[in-house]
Amino acid sequence: MSNREYTPYVLVLPAWVWLALFFVVPIGGMLSLSLTTGDVITGFQQSFEVGNYVDAVSTYWEQIVRSLFYGACATVLCVVIGYPMAYWIAFRGGTHKSTYLLLILLPFFVSFVLRTISWRFLLADNGVLLGPLKSIGLIPADLAVLNSSPAVILGLAYNFLPFMVLPIYAVLERMDARIVEAAHDLYAGRIQAFLRVILPVSLPGVFAGVLMTFIPTSSDYINSSVLGGTHNTMIGNVIQTQYLVNNNYPIASAITFVLMGLLLVGIFSYARALGTERVMEVHT
Amino acid sequence: MSTGVDTPTVSGGAVPGGPGAAGGTRPARARRRTDWGRVYTIAVLAWLFLPILFMVAFSFNDPAGRHNITWQGFTFRWYQDALAYPDLNQAMFNSVSIALLTMVISGALGTLLGLALGRYTFRGKQLTNLVMFSAISAPEVVVGAALLSTFLMMNVTTGYWTTVVSHVMFCVSFVAITVRARVITLDPRMEEAARDLGAGPFTTFRLVTLPLLFPAVMSGGLLAFALSIDDYIITSFVSGDVTTFPLWIWGATRVGIPPQVNVMGTLLFLVGVTLAVVNVINSRRKR
Repeated sequence: MSNREYTPYVLVLPAWVWLALFFVVPIGGMLSLSLTTGDVITGFQQSFEVGNYVDAVSTYWEQIVRSLFYGACATVLCVVIGYPMAYWIAFRGGTHKSTYLLLILLPFFVSFVLRTISWRFLLADNGVLLGPLKSIGLIPADLAVLNSSPAVILGLAYNFLPFMVLPIYAVLERMDARIVEAAHDLYAGRIQAFLRVILPVSLPGVFAGVLMTFIPTSSDYINSSVLGGTHNTMIGNVIQTQYLVNNNYPIASAITFVLMGLLLVGIFSYARALGTERVMEVHT
Repeated sequence: MSTGVDTPTVSGGAVPGGPGAAGGTRPARARRRTDWGRVYTIAVLAWLFLPILFMVAFSFNDPAGRHNITWQGFTFRWYQDALAYPDLNQAMFNSVSIALLTMVISGALGTLLGLALGRYTFRGKQLTNLVMFSAISAPEVVVGAALLSTFLMMNVTTGYWTTVVSHVMFCVSFVAITVRARVITLDPRMEEAARDLGAGPFTTFRLVTLPLLFPAVMSGGLLAFALSIDDYIITSFVSGDVTTFPLWIWGATRVGIPPQVNVMGTLLFLVGVTLAVVNVINSRRKR
């Protein structure tokens, strides 16, 4: 019998070690790095320098606010675009359901970076999309879409839409059709049945979708670098530059922690507002 | 928003056996009307595929200068000359080999983890779930920054192996979740029967459990491969001087992306399409 008791521990041990060494320890390491002073040449001293956080927030509050705003806009766009789609595939997709799901996932086989750069060429001032429209005079000749905040938000929504559609679809697909039937039997109209029966049931899926789009969109820096020009930098750009270009590790790790803290606060207040306390069960 | 809502929910609900069984049966009145839900879904899919269409089309373009942006003429030249940039080839090779290693290592670790989570109750299970959830949902830039901080503090030189190790880290949870879903649906009597017939725990695992789990292990592994080969953000932090395909493209944006990138992207996409088609045919055959 004792053999059986050890089995699960033997099974999880390799993954535990891996996740501990390369996820838990690094996050802790970064916390300690964010409280140091010094630079690459003289070395970093563990001085519990809380000032790094003050510096980080006061210098980069603009990028922080912009990141959260762009992330929120892209997430809302994803819900608005993705919900009807997930709804239609789940209830009306018929035998082609799995085909539609595959079509949603297929773009992932083209590199995220490559797809985003393709948008840069597609949206260029005289590119494939705007060029013809301008030459026939449908839109003003000096209209520029690139290097603007809408371009960044659209790019973010584009890249993360599947992360919204799939969890909503998963919940709707599992839904018992008899519940909807019962609503109709009780004289609920289409809209009423949707608002009072289908929507509440699908909320955990929307919640998971929001989580899976808001976190990556608000911390992304590829879209803002490729589509946003110089005036739309997000907090991800700051972290990347401070780490990889300026090698200013204490400030960089402090900003990273601020970002993580803000996302956590956001997620938990959102979870409370929605009444979904089993955050993890929905997700995994 | 209203397009999806307006499609008659009655029809989905009127079919017995849940929405999953609604296959093909549609009320007569919907047949006469345009299915706006379908039009909408196809429009969104077209939006998703637009940049890919652009990429494929411009792999056949014959650009005048260094910038492959405007259509100049049709050519197969770049397919014949696909390997013209040695460092691009090296980057592609790195990407594929890192993805394969990630697939194998995270496949093995994730399968064991998924098996334990799906089958056993043990101390630390909740904590394991929490760590897995955090590893999946933590922003990539945070994970990359944290890993780089640690490698720096431990004086580890970043390069090929730090990239592999990091990719395995963010893939292992995805594999575990995929495998766990399958473990939960397995019939434990299969393994009991094997034991009753005198098979030891390892023999049972090799001959009974693993073959039953294989589809889940494969899809988890493929997911790991896809996540690894596409990763830019974490890789850019931990790869040091080693370049992968997405990193090479990023570096080339400043000087103009050669059509060879479109060619390689198109070929990778074709691999994905092939896998998807095989998958669809397989699931059709099973039905």
